[in-house]
Amino acid sequence: MAINVSIPTILRTHTGGQKSVEANGSTVAEIINDLDSRHSGLKDRLVKEGNLHRFVNVYVNDEDVRFVGGLDATVSDGDSVTILPAVAGGMR
Amino acid sequence: MARYDSLLDALGDTPLVGLPSLSPSENVRLWAKLEDRNPTGSIKDRPALAMIEAAEKEGRLTHGCTILEPTSGNTGISLAMAARLKGYGLVCVMPENTSEERRQILQAFGARIVSSPAEGGSNQAVVVAKELAEQNPDWVMLYQYGNSANAESHYHTTGPEILRDLPSITHFVGGLGTTGTLVGVGNYLHDQKPGMQVVAAEPRYGELVYGLRNLDEGFVPELYDENVLTRRFSVGAYDALRRTRQLLESEGIFAGISTGGVLHAALTIAEKAARAGETADIAFIVADAGWKYLSTGAYTGTLDEAAQRLDGQLWA
Repeated sequence: MAINVSIPTILRTHTGGQKSVEANGSTVAEIINDLDSRHSGLKDRLVKEGNLHRFVNVYVNDEDVRFVGGLDATVSDGDSVTILPAVAGGMR
Repeated sequence: MARYDSLLDALGDTPLVGLPSLSPSENVRLWAKLEDRNPTGSIKDRPALAMIEAAEKEGRLTHGCTILEPTSGNTGISLAMAARLKGYGLVCVMPENTSEERRQILQAFGARIVSSPAEGGSNQAVVVAKELAEQNPDWVMLYQYGNSANAESHYHTTGPEILRDLPSITHFVGGLGTTGTLVGVGNYLHDQKPGMQVVAAEPRYGELVYGLRNLDEGFVPELYDENVLTRRFSVGAYDALRRTRQLLESEGIFAGISTGGVLHAALTIAEKAARAGETADIAFIVADAGWKYLSTGAYTGTLDEAAQRLDGQLWA
């Protein structure tokens, strides 16, 4: 089961510049572990002490995983995962 | 009552209007809170005035002072109006990639604009403003991202207005920027009504905006409290534009682009509730009207073209 994962500019050093990569897994944690097995160092950038890095947001189909189980959030075939750094909002 | 002693007194008490065409069923209804009906045309009049009044009360802000604020638009415009009426100077730190209308309005009110680099978006505006604050200790930075008066203004005005007008409310949906609206309204509704669902719609920009030098430059507003939120959606320019146009075509509401993002989240929830046979009254915020975004081309041409034009812009 392949899930498409979108990688932000700042983390593309780990993916050889690729904007999106494929990964396998049924939870966000499994996806990250699978990514790390091929794109070494990625997990360290995303996960701190068992939780998502404070300035990293992960979305499954546009929904923030922190509200649907965090690293245990489930991912199914055909879902898309997006990783983004936290930034200040726009026209505030 | 529609007579006020001054423009500032006309703040708030905005209409909540039903959306008969977009609501999926009789039992699942959508309601739009028209915050463009505030003195300068956006929801930001509420926190801007509240932050000024709090600083006046604390004695931090006195006649002739200069206010400094990182803002890419609406808050700056609200502050500029209030500053003009109250006799303050205003310096706004604004990212380069914001719409031309905002610059012109700020200049018309007499505000000074300091540009911050497009890359990094509002994060960079915050960084530049903090540097300017250090160099100019006599300037007063209100700092909307961390000023409790921001969220409190919504706790004391926006929230109570919504509950008064829609006692049967089940969901509140708002845009996530400083997080003041969601934290303030959300906390008020949670305090008044158990089981409230508070949903955030966060804009997803083009890559330029996320172009930080390192992850630790990332930013979460000091006001943010994730315990207030039930769900949080990230909405891209295409969906935001599609919903902005749909709101205009179906309900006659000419809203700004960020409202399209909020409506997208509200409709996602509404459709899910309708499928599950639930009853829901979903109130969402129309933060401003579309006037300030005409130059972005948001309302003309195909959606793909319009979304392309917004890439790299701060549209919400």
